[in-house]
Amino acid sequence: MKEEVYGYVHSFEPVGTHDGPGLRTVVFLSGCPMRCKYCHNPDALAFGGGERTSAEKVVERCLKDRAFTSGGGVTLSGGEPLAQGEFAKEILRLLKRKRVHTALDTAGSVYDEEALTLAKLVILDIKHTDKDEFQKLCGHKIDNTLKTLEFLKRKKIPFWIRQVIVPNITDDSKNLKELARLSLGAQKVELLPYHTMGVHKWEKLNMPYPLSGVKAADKDLMERCNAELKEYINEFERA
Amino acid sequence: MNEWRNFKEGDWTKQIDVRNFIQTNYTPYEGDESFLADATDRTKGLNAKIEELFRQEREKGGVLDVDTERVSSLLSYEPGYVDRENEIIFGLQTDKPLKRTVNPFGGMRMAKQACEAYGYTVGERIKANFEYKTTHNDGVFRVYTDEMRALRKYGILTGLPDAYGRGRIIGDYRRVALYGTDKLIEEKKKDFSELAAGDMTEDVIRLREDVFRQIDFLGKLAQMAAAYGDDITKPAKNAREAAQWVYYGYLGAIKEQNGAAMSIGRTSTFIDIYIERDLKEGAITESDAQEIIDQLVMKLRLGKQLRTPEYNELFAGDPTWVTESIGGIGEDKRPLVTKNSFRILHTLYTLGTSPEPNLTVLWSKNLPENFKKYCAKVSVETSSIQYENDDVMRPLYGDDYGIACCVSAMKIGKQMQFFGARCNLAKLLLLAINGGRDEVSGVQIGPKSQPMTGKLDYDTVLKRYLEYMRWLSRTYVNTMNIIHYMHDKYAYEKLQMALHDTYVERLMAFGAAGISVVADSLSAIKYASVTPITDETGLVVDYKTEGEYPKYGNDDDRADSIAAFVVKEFSRMLKKTKTYRGAKHTLSLLTITSNVVYGKKTGATPCGRKAGEPFAPGANPLHNREHSGALASLSSVSKLSYKACRDGISNTFGMVPNMLGNSISDRKNNLVAIIDGYFKKGGHHLNVNVYDKSVLLDAHEHPEKYPNLTIRVSGYAVRFGVLSRKHREEVLKRTFFEQA
Repeated sequence: MKEEVYGYVHSFEPVGTHDGPGLRTVVFLSGCPMRCKYCHNPDALAFGGGERTSAEKVVERCLKDRAFTSGGGVTLSGGEPLAQGEFAKEILRLLKRKRVHTALDTAGSVYDEEALTLAKLVILDIKHTDKDEFQKLCGHKIDNTLKTLEFLKRKKIPFWIRQVIVPNITDDSKNLKELARLSLGAQKVELLPYHTMGVHKWEKLNMPYPLSGVKAADKDLMERCNAELKEYINEFERA
Repeated sequence: MNEWRNFKEGDWTKQIDVRNFIQTNYTPYEGDESFLADATDRTKGLNAKIEELFRQEREKGGVLDVDTERVSSLLSYEPGYVDRENEIIFGLQTDKPLKRTVNPFGGMRMAKQACEAYGYTVGERIKANFEYKTTHNDGVFRVYTDEMRALRKYGILTGLPDAYGRGRIIGDYRRVALYGTDKLIEEKKKDFSELAAGDMTEDVIRLREDVFRQIDFLGKLAQMAAAYGDDITKPAKNAREAAQWVYYGYLGAIKEQNGAAMSIGRTSTFIDIYIERDLKEGAITESDAQEIIDQLVMKLRLGKQLRTPEYNELFAGDPTWVTESIGGIGEDKRPLVTKNSFRILHTLYTLGTSPEPNLTVLWSKNLPENFKKYCAKVSVETSSIQYENDDVMRPLYGDDYGIACCVSAMKIGKQMQFFGARCNLAKLLLLAINGGRDEVSGVQIGPKSQPMTGKLDYDTVLKRYLEYMRWLSRTYVNTMNIIHYMHDKYAYEKLQMALHDTYVERLMAFGAAGISVVADSLSAIKYASVTPITDETGLVVDYKTEGEYPKYGNDDDRADSIAAFVVKEFSRMLKKTKTYRGAKHTLSLLTITSNVVYGKKTGATPCGRKAGEPFAPGANPLHNREHSGALASLSSVSKLSYKACRDGISNTFGMVPNMLGNSISDRKNNLVAIIDGYFKKGGHHLNVNVYDKSVLLDAHEHPEKYPNLTIRVSGYAVRFGVLSRKHREEVLKRTFFEQA
């Protein structure tokens, strides 16, 4: 009999409508090797946080809502789901066996080919396209993210690209242009507006908030960035 | 017949069979909403006049005018108009729009109270008319036992139709359009003759008299329509006449009766058959078709009844429940969605949102995708529709049933219901623990037994609860028997029953309130520690509850199974007592706004609910006990058996729009997924509110800013501003699911 695989889960979001196609159950795994300045789940950063549970139990919980999520599926997020590689992969494997559509929401900080292949869709968050800015923003190297992207393209695994637009950090043309170039082949590109609804969590954890004073990305900024990005994408596609 | 030109023949041509007419002639539609036309200028003008009248009515405190001189009936009033030149569907309850009727057949005292509440006095002529007449209310109270009176007084049984029309009867108004009153009278006369053939038993005598009265009122209906210039003795010739004849039938019903719920049935697909024929003949355009529906709906929105303040507490928001059942699937598996299914929902845009008519979509996973998406769009944008599970109802009711009020299904023209409001199952638990004493007043109202003391033991409490439930169910059935005997005797629905088959099946619809409080209280007793707190007289007035326990609404079988069990048991127990006229026992979990009233009359409960706090509406879990999210809440409710509760299981579901996704397309798809999922799990009914809490907070403080803000409350939609402050607060407290 196969041994159960254990890991740490921060929480579940049963009505995941912003985490992949359709209505999805989102599983947030605990622990992340990055330290992004705008993280809105700082309570999910610590390894060993949350509840220790088995992959079987996680899948059981996901299947409970199957009547609702049959048009969508399950998304693994966090934290960084791939930082608990064996756990994440076992969950993906078990869901695959039950013919559930799986999405992997990752920043690519951990490079794991097997995991990338197990998911039906990979949602890759490219924090910044410039390697130095990336390091400054996340306290981590961009290398694995780029390796992940290259693997996805090579293996033709369906993927989406995401980036958080933070005023004066990721809203410049150079970044958007490079993001457009990197996104070639993606099914979808989503720019997410930076918001401050996670700040209170930092305060609760007694951690100083790194982006204190930075305003949320407003409607105008998002319109501008989305328009610009679209232009660049068109340029690249025509080329 | 010229009126039936180009209709395919079938059983319906040889006998009264509207269902067969529909099945043989309707045009299924699988496309999207792009064909819909805008409101015509004429519609906009007329609607503006009506909106102005509603505004005046609101300003005047809720009632614009009352006809205090004449007893309400089909021929009591001269024809009335809103704007004669611009109406194409005619007919008002009285001679002026929003002038309400006095209908003392339910009870004279109530009629007086209702008038006085708004500054009117019942005229001498009406009083004289009723001097020698016994009303329904008189009859019932002559015969009520002391026990029944006590149960009413202390809040175990409330909202009973013993002082107002019972409603929940759907006349098949389509028959007027399809056959005309001459043919309907001819058929009733045949039945009348047949009833002369056999022995004159009580039942036969009664039925023969009923049919006599039905024939009489069909005649009156034709006279009523003639005063408006229409000859309804013959079938409708075109789409306008079809909608008009259907409306005349309905109008006659609300002139004769002031039933709480006067629903219109399943008319949209029926009327579409006439519209399609007119379109093919080139007689009308799509814009004309929409106008006919818009005008019909404008008339339906004008229907109002005069109510006492007590009634308004139970059924807040001035509802009439003109429930129209839309779509559904036929027994031959073809969806019954037509273009008119779209048109009638479209009135929420052409005319603005409104709680009436009570637009109810009969939902199936097999409905056309385009229609499903359109419904979701309308829900996200207006929160004005409710959904009911056709897949679960069709095996019991077939494909020509309509919903009465909010959740009650019945075969149109073939089944009628004896409405029974609801009993307070939560207070019953307290009563049981208190050995039959009311926890608020201390008065002995139930069978006497030893009050329970010391830490409560689940098995002991459950056993005691079921004993009291046996007692209550028997009394409840007997109460209902009295009510409906008297209503048949003193306030028989002549016109509505004329539009039924002579031999109808009767359903007796019981109800239960407070199921979530019961489930949580029993769960607390089982899994946590509950100790009664008594006063000096030994009356249990509160509970000390310590420890954690699973709550209904979290998809936790431990709590959910308790709810399911209690419902099944109550349903089973009701059946042990014989009903009047052998009616079939049915049960619903629906409270309307009586969850607030019942909450007020109920003391503190073991689950931690404080004395006087409202119950959750219908089968909803209690406010803010849903810790596991929206889907878990739905999953819990879906575990309640529709088979045990075939008069309906009401669930109100609210969420902030962005919870459904970012784009309108995401929101439509995700709402469809939620409804499909809920119904797949066996859920029966869903009221969908998609609102920004900030909008509601603002509307609470400034109701006049949002005269059209419609939300769904319990089984129907209501204009938020029309609710009392107390009811508005309760809606705000209701869980609005927001993402972390």
